[in-house]
Amino acid sequence: MNSVEKALLTDSHIDDEILAKTLASMMGRKVDYADLYFQASQHESWVLEDGIVKEGSYNIERGVGVRAISGEKTGFAYSDDISPIALQQAADAAKGIADAGTGAQVKAFTRKPAIQMYQSVEPLGSLSQEQKIELLHQVEAHARQVDSRVKQVIASLSGVYDTVLVSASDGTYATDIRPLVRLNCSVLVEDNGKRERASAGGGARTDYSYFFEVEPGANKARYLSYAEEAVRQALVNLVAIEAPAGNFPVVLGAGWPAVLLHEAVGHGLEGDFNRKGSSAFSGKVGQQVTSELCTIVDDGTLANRRGSISIDDEGTPGQYNVLIEKGILKGYMQDKHNASLMGVAPTGNGRRESYAHLPMPRMTNTYMLAGESSPEEIIKSVKKGIFAPNFAGGQVDITSGKFVFTSSEAYLIEDGEITSPIKGATLIGNGPEAMKKVSMVGNDLKLDAGVGVCGKDGQSIPVGVGQPTLKVDEMTIGGTQ
Amino acid sequence: MSTDSKSQDLMTKQLTEVKTRVAKVLELAKSLGADGAEVAMSRQQGLSVSTRMGEVENVEFTNDGALGITVYQDGRKGSASTADLSEQALNKAVTAAVNIAKYTSVDDCSGLADKDLLAMNPQDLDLYHPHEISTEAAIELAKECEQSALSADERICNSDGASFDSFTGFKVYGNSHGQLVGYPSSRHSLSCVMIASEGDDMERDYAYTVNRDFSLLDSAENVGLAASKEVLSRLQPQTIATGKVPVLFRADIANTIWGHFIAAISGGNLYRKSSFLLDALGNDIFPEFLNISERPHITKALASSAFDSEGVLTKDREIITDGALQTYLLTSYSARKLGLSTTGHAGGIHNWLVNAKGHDGEFDAMLKTLGTGLLVTELMGQGVNVVNGDYSRGASGFWVENGEITYPVSEITIAGNLADMFKGIVAVGSDVDMRGSIRTGSVLIDEMQVAGH
Repeated sequence: MNSVEKALLTDSHIDDEILAKTLASMMGRKVDYADLYFQASQHESWVLEDGIVKEGSYNIERGVGVRAISGEKTGFAYSDDISPIALQQAADAAKGIADAGTGAQVKAFTRKPAIQMYQSVEPLGSLSQEQKIELLHQVEAHARQVDSRVKQVIASLSGVYDTVLVSASDGTYATDIRPLVRLNCSVLVEDNGKRERASAGGGARTDYSYFFEVEPGANKARYLSYAEEAVRQALVNLVAIEAPAGNFPVVLGAGWPAVLLHEAVGHGLEGDFNRKGSSAFSGKVGQQVTSELCTIVDDGTLANRRGSISIDDEGTPGQYNVLIEKGILKGYMQDKHNASLMGVAPTGNGRRESYAHLPMPRMTNTYMLAGESSPEEIIKSVKKGIFAPNFAGGQVDITSGKFVFTSSEAYLIEDGEITSPIKGATLIGNGPEAMKKVSMVGNDLKLDAGVGVCGKDGQSIPVGVGQPTLKVDEMTIGGTQ
Repeated sequence: MSTDSKSQDLMTKQLTEVKTRVAKVLELAKSLGADGAEVAMSRQQGLSVSTRMGEVENVEFTNDGALGITVYQDGRKGSASTADLSEQALNKAVTAAVNIAKYTSVDDCSGLADKDLLAMNPQDLDLYHPHEISTEAAIELAKECEQSALSADERICNSDGASFDSFTGFKVYGNSHGQLVGYPSSRHSLSCVMIASEGDDMERDYAYTVNRDFSLLDSAENVGLAASKEVLSRLQPQTIATGKVPVLFRADIANTIWGHFIAAISGGNLYRKSSFLLDALGNDIFPEFLNISERPHITKALASSAFDSEGVLTKDREIITDGALQTYLLTSYSARKLGLSTTGHAGGIHNWLVNAKGHDGEFDAMLKTLGTGLLVTELMGQGVNVVNGDYSRGASGFWVENGEITYPVSEITIAGNLADMFKGIVAVGSDVDMRGSIRTGSVLIDEMQVAGH
């Protein structure tokens, strides 16, 4: 028995027999599939502002979600009380939906340990409270030291220790310990009465020691780089001129600008939308949906990445899934339910915000593989356009394919040279059309710093993105001139 | 009637129980050395069903609770929260909060709201209207809604489902000033998301109805018809030419304009100097005909509350009078930072009424005033910078010529600066959307930059 089983089951007087009995009681009503999802998590955050530690908070979440599936129907109930009685009550409520099905039986549990994509560490205790506070003070001090125009600094640190246990009627029995840490630095700079704010940060599925490490290729610890990056971006925006309005070639920087892939392609390839035929990519497996320069994967197996999962929230191991290969659509991201309805295998993308939410097909780390061009030659190829190395966030309408994302750092490209910084502007396009206009892909694949949060149907989960520098021949830029 | 009064009794009993627990948690915080503490506890239960293409999709029984505690000790603050409401977890949370307060810094501005501002005996705003509904009846309602949309037109080829949600719950707030208050509330809603296609084009749109009182919901048939009308009108959109045009924000999305204004006059952004409306009290922010009033005590309204999340008594306030800013939106903390007094806005605003006497009119009249320009019915992305007022968002809607809608528009952006947009408001319609916390009609702005083709 591992520590997760002890904390979630044994301490609450639940054993294998009760799990099997609960699942069997649901299957008895001709439910095709049932699962139980136990979760306990702890979360802390510390905020330093104006030189003082203003906020500190600690949150506890613990409960069980019970799901019964019959064909396309799902019954779901949950409880913040983990006990045999609460479990049975939730199961009784969830199974109420089923009036048809095959009458499948509960399979014997198989405990197959998944390959660990991250260490089973408890991050909250990896630094003393004094050390956490000292780290935040150092972030602030460094940001102020970089430039005297820095007038305000907010530094925040958070850590999550999440433990889950899934058992299901198909014999699934799996546990996972998921650490997650995040450090952020937000600065306000002021010059001649003009003010700009910017922030930078990072994180990973590990403990707080991550922030003291030096990123490969960098010359200082991560927490110092975040402070410098926030100041740099804010100062760039201080001198930004009005952005142009209209259609231009756009060069997207490596790393975080892959928000483009997440919005323009990723969501549209989630299995639920494609089962329902509501995505702009529905029914297009085998067809060319992007330029042939694009190979895009969703990869839950990268070590310690924010979006990685040893197992998804249905117990399926995290996987490396090729979504688009040289422009051809290979397949969708699936959870068990949609996979079974579409007659394919689950892909390790069944994720949920917590025990109180239903799992859905979701992304993990979504990125484009490197191409042939150097970033310099990509910039040189543009006569008049935009270079956008940083973005704030995006949104997509998966049905029409329209997506937006908003730059937080961008420049004009004039005659093959990067010139003036321009103000933040929203870029809009149509996913399948925009991806066909990708005409150059860089050889500099980079993953984001570990800050992504993806929202779908009101559920937020951590994700990652990545891409090399790439050029889209034409996009609509929402500037003011 | 009998079920209603029975559930009323049950709720009263639960409310009393929770108040007792909150009082115990406050006691515990005190015994652990806190010199001040505040506790908020909520519980919510309900039913959420969805159907798709006439079949049941999800049936969800929700039952959520959470407790949050903040303690103060010698000017230091610590917080903790828990969704696990067992005695053990509550004790752990209180201990954690007290422990955290040992490590945070002394902050002269932190602390409970001033005692004389608290709502010690808050009035009843009639927010609790439970409606006993069986799972089957809830499913029927969702089915009826979706069917009404599906049968409206053969171009409506698919659906992303209809859903009905019904929740009841309560909030209790207590603090070491001796305040212990709480109230129950309910919320019922019905919505559907429809998909239509024509040629290569596929579009989605939705409609919804929401109310604290089930009997005041719009009918399932009407919600379905509204969704079908919306989605059909979007088919075969075009882009428009890049240029500067007048823009009319339809009533259901006009609240976003006021939302940006709220962010700009919120204490947190002001004391951080992160707003384009610093030192703007008394200044003309909008044209002279524009007035915004806050009315927190409208019975049954969705954004009504007798006290804010710090227990401060809410009051009727004028936010904008004749175009000029009358008040910021402050919490105790941001007020102390600014040397002012809290306005009872911890947790947000309470029912705003936007009025433009003499510069209003029904939707058709607003289209006539627009003349030739863009009607925006959907916005995408978060391209709004409240520090400097820069605004750039994805949009879709309709091209209007001489007061008549001509064709749907999508894949464009609209951009400008919020300070100019506020000053450039030409009219606010009397076609008020009553569903949200901001009751506004459509908003016409004289000119914005459009990027299209």
